[in-house]
Amino acid sequence: MIALIDYGAGNLTSVRKALTSLGAEFATPASPSECARFSALIVPGVGNFAATGALVGPWRDAIGAAVRSGTPLFGICLGMQWLFEGSDEAPEVPGLGVLPGRVVRLKGNAEERLKIPHVGWNALQAPRGPTGSAPQEKGSAPHEAGLHGRILEGLAPGAHVYFTHSYAAPVTVDCVAETRHADTFSAVVERSNVFGVQFHPEKSSDTGLQIIRNFLEVTRGC
Amino acid sequence: MLTKRIIACMDVRDGQVVKGVQFQQLRHAGDPGELAERYNVEGIDEVVVLDITATIESRQALARTINAVARKIFLPLTVGGGIRSEEDAAAAVDAGADKVSLNTAALRNPDLITTLARRYGSQAVIVAIDAKRRGDGFAVYVRSGTSDAARDAVEWARAAESRGAGEILLTSMDRDGTRSGFDCEMTAAVANAVNIPVIASGGAGGLDHFADVFTRGHADAALAASIFHYADTSVTELKRYLRERNIPVRL
Repeated sequence: MIALIDYGAGNLTSVRKALTSLGAEFATPASPSECARFSALIVPGVGNFAATGALVGPWRDAIGAAVRSGTPLFGICLGMQWLFEGSDEAPEVPGLGVLPGRVVRLKGNAEERLKIPHVGWNALQAPRGPTGSAPQEKGSAPHEAGLHGRILEGLAPGAHVYFTHSYAAPVTVDCVAETRHADTFSAVVERSNVFGVQFHPEKSSDTGLQIIRNFLEVTRGC
Repeated sequence: MLTKRIIACMDVRDGQVVKGVQFQQLRHAGDPGELAERYNVEGIDEVVVLDITATIESRQALARTINAVARKIFLPLTVGGGIRSEEDAAAAVDAGADKVSLNTAALRNPDLITTLARRYGSQAVIVAIDAKRRGDGFAVYVRSGTSDAARDAVEWARAAESRGAGEILLTSMDRDGTRSGFDCEMTAAVANAVNIPVIASGGAGGLDHFADVFTRGHADAALAASIFHYADTSVTELKRYLRERNIPVRL
């Protein structure tokens, strides 16, 4: 049984529909103490990082404890950002902090008409390494590396997913797929039993459903 | 690279798609769920359900329609038509809509944009603008295009953005239903004035019209209804055409 954490940040209807269509069993725990009973956790969410303030305290402690005991955790959009140490969008609110790094605002590029928020379908690519460590030469051909990561099983580089966000995590050692929109950011992260996606798999058609299916597979293996 | 979005619009009345459907291609004529499923297979990027009756009775039918569509496809789903209050928006979202599209109500009560943006996030709030050319400008009309709002489309789009709108759905009333192409000048005027995505609508007739509105019109997305029902203009074919012209699309 998967715990779908509802902390009031956005509507969970779509996530519920996607999980139901894949035959997953899930419930929304009413209190933090129930988290320990579940075999996996999903933290969804859209909107301002400040909304994750509702998780500060008992929820953050309970989810943190579950993750440390090996329970798989899947963060979606705002839920992925929350896995990091914090966000410039609401600096006073701490993230879960299971992944090192800080979420920053995307810059966009007016000349190239790359607007913020980043709304629409964009491609997943294999990460070139942490941001700043190996800058890509201008005009060089896209790299050919495949996508690795349990959460990306069955997907090829260039697979498109649906984004809608203004903030994103940098490409860190935990990044398994990056996306470019003026800046290059972490689209998918994975670190042992912790997984996160910046986009909305529940809105990304077959590619998105495959990613949720992959998480369900991870959950079964635990 | 962020792709240009192709959006299919379904005009719905009492649970049935009523405009531009080539009925014989569907097992059940005009069923929104079936049509949405077909669009999903063809590679549509988003779906808009527009309630064209928007009466009290139709609201319940609309909730059932949204639910039926949202169960079948896992794509961004926008609902518009007659959303006048926070309660109307909440009913659409609860039924499975990811975004709501406001038109007349947003002009009459711009605070509604802000209220919904705070509750659901700006990404969930589209402001729809129906406009036609007048002199050097673009006059906004409301009440399904019957009433002059005495506003200019560019100015209203900017105001809507500052109120919290996440996207602008811009329909050319001059081109709507004519199949003579999108109004690229009007689309560019609005797209250049705001920092949020602009969806062009009205006038789609051929594949080249989409290429035009993505290049000359600077549109982030293009919406059409009836064109996608014709066998000679599938979403897949349109996207292949655009890719050949170096316009980024999801294929």
